[in-house]
Parts: sequence; structure tokens; C-alpha cells
Amino acid sequence: MSNNNLQPTNGRQPILEIQELTMQFGGLRAVNNFDLVLHENDLQGLIGPNGAGKTTVFNMITGVYTPTAGRIIFQGQDITGLEPFEINHMGIARTFQNIRLFPNLTVLDNVRIAYHAHAGYSMNDGILRNARFNQKERELTEKTQDFLAIFNLQDRQGTIAKNLPYGEQRRLEIARALAADPKLLLLDEPAAGMNPAEIVSLMDLIHFIRDRFKLTILLIEHQMRVVMGICERITVMDFGQVIARGTPQEIQSDPKVIEAYLGPGAAALSEKFRRKRALS
Amino acid sequence: MFKKISREHVIFFGGALVVFLLIQLGISLGIVINDFWSTILRIGAVMAIVSLGLNLIYGFNGQFSLGQWGFYALGAYTAADITYRWYNDQSALGLTIVFLGVIMVGVAILYLRTVLSRIRGLDALSAFTVYFAATLILGIVAFYAGRALDAPVSSILITLPDAVSMQIVFILAVLVAALFAAEVSFLFGLPVLMLGSDYFGIATLGFTIIVKVLLDNSDTMLGFEEMKGARGMIGIPKITSWFWVFLALILVVVIMRNLLHSSYGRAIIAVREDEIAAKAMGVDVAEYKILTFVIGSLFAGLAGGLYAHINGFLHPNTFNFIKSFDPMIIIVLGGLGSMTGTLAASFTWAILLEGVLRLVLPQGFELWRYVVYPLILLLIMLLRPKGIFGDYEMPYLRQLLPPLRKKEPEPVEQAQSKLSEAAQ
Repeated sequence: MSNNNLQPTNGRQPILEIQELTMQFGGLRAVNNFDLVLHENDLQGLIGPNGAGKTTVFNMITGVYTPTAGRIIFQGQDITGLEPFEINHMGIARTFQNIRLFPNLTVLDNVRIAYHAHAGYSMNDGILRNARFNQKERELTEKTQDFLAIFNLQDRQGTIAKNLPYGEQRRLEIARALAADPKLLLLDEPAAGMNPAEIVSLMDLIHFIRDRFKLTILLIEHQMRVVMGICERITVMDFGQVIARGTPQEIQSDPKVIEAYLGPGAAALSEKFRRKRALS
Repeated sequence: MFKKISREHVIFFGGALVVFLLIQLGISLGIVINDFWSTILRIGAVMAIVSLGLNLIYGFNGQFSLGQWGFYALGAYTAADITYRWYNDQSALGLTIVFLGVIMVGVAILYLRTVLSRIRGLDALSAFTVYFAATLILGIVAFYAGRALDAPVSSILITLPDAVSMQIVFILAVLVAALFAAEVSFLFGLPVLMLGSDYFGIATLGFTIIVKVLLDNSDTMLGFEEMKGARGMIGIPKITSWFWVFLALILVVVIMRNLLHSSYGRAIIAVREDEIAAKAMGVDVAEYKILTFVIGSLFAGLAGGLYAHINGFLHPNTFNFIKSFDPMIIIVLGGLGSMTGTLAASFTWAILLEGVLRLVLPQGFELWRYVVYPLILLLIMLLRPKGIFGDYEMPYLRQLLPPLRKKEPEPVEQAQSKLSEAAQ
């Protein structure tokens, strides 16, 4: 593991360790030797220009892709190559870049599906409608309703998901991801397409869920306001490789990051600009 | 909430009973419903069962399948062969072999599933090989064991009155035919369901064609002389009564409704809505696809078994792949993902196409119903692209929203009420 990944942990346990992760699509190396450590209750950001491989990293963590090389260790267990649903059962949940709700189902059912693994009754119980089904199904529904209330969606329980306003769809997607009580939440561009007011409430929401559910959060984001505003540490990727790590302040002044975003020579320019501003 | 549900139960089951009794009365007394119409109503109910199965696969789980008709054919010929042997030769050979085979293979599949699910990263083809080998071995065992059991079982059955033993053989035949179709669908679906939806459709169409070809040559290729290949199988007892088809239909509706309104049904629908999201939310997509496919095919096999005993005659042309679009058309017409729509469309299809048009069109023009019928189809698709019923469900089949829970007072309100109490 590279040295610049060291960070103050205050004795917290590492929850996710990614070691030398590589993903090759034919001749394209989308992700190359990617390392990352997340400790419990971390809130880390993953940024980089378009096509840097951020979402590919997410897809490997959640099992959508099987990495070409490298290991992903979650809570001490190797989860590399597991099926997405198995990874979800272990406690990793995610949201998607373009919202992926179950569009024709109600808000209630969207969240109830996430509880499926904890339904507590068999299919035969369901078909026979026995006492066990009635009891467990009621518990599950009440749990879901309480859960929706946390996200202020309880009055929307009967609304078809695709008819919700955009901000509420995002909120529902996050609620659905959290329903199965994950330890690690991966947010893929949660602020995409949001207006400034919605972004502020999203940032509050992220802080809130992290404290409320004792979560570790890794997020991909292009809105620098969000990333710089809430992330404690940031990892920057470009062309599949990690080019910088550090606190938001360190990242903002890192010449490699500025060049990755604005092109070669941009770092020197921005330095000149800063000096000029300091003089005036 | 629960009071309301029970009221809908009463309406649904009461309504079903009234419909059943009215039609049964008509049939028994011969008013309005003659033999012709009674056959059509029974065919309508059978169509409803096949189509509900397909609606589960395509409408609720989103897997475009043209294999439904193949499983229907399998169910029909399996059940027919069993009853034929009893009816004509007083031999329980078909029953004992298929019964033993279906039970043993079923138990083996369930057992192997729990074993194989523990192996991490086992691909579908390897799993299929294991299941297939187990099925072959148990099939051979069932063949010899069934032959040995034939004589004792026949001698027990023969002591019963003819009508009773016939009914017992018939019910068992239909049930094992349904299980047989379900098990074949499991073996077929395991490798094929890995394919994306369109490719899955083509593969299942291939299945229907294979079944048709096998039935065309059932006397030569398969060695079942009583099936008489392309000449059509005759001599099947005509014992599917309105009571049996109606009972089967109600059972299928209730099972499907209960399944869909449980957590398992929600998982099935989640696969249709967004496969990737369903996976990320912890739904084992492959498992639910196969589960739905097997249940849908079970219904098809059940319907096939019932169908075989309506006319007492089976012909491979009934099961050709053009006809395999009939249930597909019915569910699209009725509304994908609407059980009410499927029920209505099936009976309309039977009554209109097989009944009214056949009578209304002048002699020699019966075949014109295949022109009128696509035209109706076209019109409905243009006017109501989501099907006649869209996603409407009758109250009993509808998923009810639970009442909103009473909110606990907010901490702020609590503090305020305490203050006001203190002031008093």
C-alpha cells in the first residue's frame, strides 16, 4: 500500500481495503492498481475527470464487474468476485449515477424490496397466507413506514416512484439503499442534476444519515461544492490511476489535480493567477 | 385494513361461486349452454391458466418467453398418456413411472439446490450438468421401479368403482403432468435464462418447435405408439368437467395473487423493473428468474393436462409455434401485469374467436375469423397500447396500501405540552 494513503484513524478499524485493483476491458485498462482504505465512519470522496474510472471502481466493489486483478476486502472478508446480491447482503449498498428506482412501483414497495432478504417467511408461507406471513409482513411494512418517515417520505408511500419529483427520487434511492442496514454506502454522483437549494439539503442529508446509521460513505461527485464541503478525505483518479490523495485543502492546491482537470500547464497558470490576486 | 381485505375475499369468492353455479346449472340442465358452449367455456378457463402462467413470466418478471406453449403440450401429452393407459388397458404403468420420476427428480433438484448454492462461483452450465445427470439417473430408476409397481397399483385401483379410479388417475395425471412440465422448464431454463430477454425469447421459441417435432414423431422417435405421431392421439377419456377446470383456475389465481403480494412477488417484479437495481438491492436475480419460469410452466403443464381431457383428442398441430402466440396475444391484449386483464381476455378470446365468430360467419367462411381477429387486435393495440385493462386489477387482486402510521409527537411538541402542563 502506498504511503500517501496513511491517515489519522484514531484507532478505528478499516472497513474496506482495496488492494491493487485492476480492470481491463479488452485493450483498455480502465482502472490500474487502485488502492484505497476506508475506516469506520469515514466520509471519503472519489473524484476525477470523466472517464477516469470512478464508476468502474464502484462497479467492482459492488460485484457488477469482476476485477482483472487485485483484491477487495470488506470487514476482513475477501469479497472479490462475489455476486452483487451477495455483496449487498454483506452490508454494502449503493446508489446509481442515473437514478435507478423501480419506476412503476410505489415508494413503499421500492423500500420493501430492499428488505426482501430479511422478510423472515418462506415462499410457501406467502402462498398459504398463514399467521407467520401475516405477522412478518406487518412487521416489515411497519418498519418500512417508520423508515420512510425518517426521510420524510411517509406521506408518499402510495406514490408511483417515477412520478416523484427529482429531489425526492434521489432521497428515495438513498433511503432504499439504507433500508437493508448496510455498513458501507457508495453514492455515485448524488448531486447530479440538482439545483443549489437541493444540493444544500442533500449535503445535510448525507451528514445526517452518516450519524444516524453509523455509516461509512464513499462518494463520487463532480460538484466541487459537495466534495469540498463534506468529504474528509479525497482520492483523485485520472486515466484509471490514483494521482492524489488528501484533505480537500491539499487536493485543491495539488498541481497534478489541477492539470488533470484543466490540462497541462494549467497548474502554472493558476499559481500565477493566485499570486496576482494576492498582490492586488 | 384486515376488515377490508375480508370483504374483498367475500366478494371474490362469492362471485366465483355464483359464476360457477350458474354455468354448472346451465350445463347440467342444458339451458343456454349446450355441449359446444360448455367446451368453449372450459377451453377459455384452460387458456386463462396458461396465460396467467405466461403473464407471471413476461408481465410480472419481464422475461419474453414463447416456450409456454411447449410446456402446455408437454403437460397435455403426459397427462393424456397416463389416463389413456388406464382407460384403455387398465394399466397404471404411465402413472407409476411418471409419478415416481417426477417426485424423485423434484426432491433431487431441491436437495441439489441447497448443496450447489454453497459452492461459490459455480457457473450455470456446470450446475445444469449436475442436475441433468441426476435427472437422467433418476429417470432410469423411475422407469424400472415404475414397471415393478405397475401390477400392485393397478390391482388396488381396479378394486375401486370405475368412475372413482378414473377420477383418481385423472387428478394424479394432471398434477404429475404439471410437475413434469415444471421440472423440464427448470432444466431448460437454467442455462437459457442467462441470456438476455430477446435471446431468451428465441431460445424458448426453439423449445416449442422441438416439442412440436417430437410430438409429430412421437410414435417413431419416442416410441409411444399410442400417441400416433402426426395422426393425432385418440381415445383419451373426456373427463375434464367444468368443476375441475374452474377449481384449477381459482387455485391458480389465488396462488398467483398470494405469491405476487408477498416479498417474493415484489422481488419478482423488481427484476422486471430494473435488473441492475434489483441485484444491487440484494435480490438474487437469476434465482427469481428461474423460480418464475418454473411456476409459469407449472401452470402451463396443469392447463395442458386439463385441455387433453376436454375433447379426448390431441393433435401436434394444436401445439405448433404459430399457436404459441395465442397466450402471448391474450396477455398483451388484457394488459401485461394485470391478472384481471388476462382472465377477461382469455374468456373473451375463447368465446369470441372459437364461439361467436364460428357461428356468425357464414358456412365456408369460418377461416375468416383469422382475419377478423388480427384486425381486432390491431385496433386495440392502436387505441389502447397498454392492453384493455392496463394495470388495473379487481379489488381482490389489488395490492392494498397499509394505512399510514400515526406519527409520534415531535420532541418539540412534547416539550411544549410539558410546559403547558407545568403552567396549569
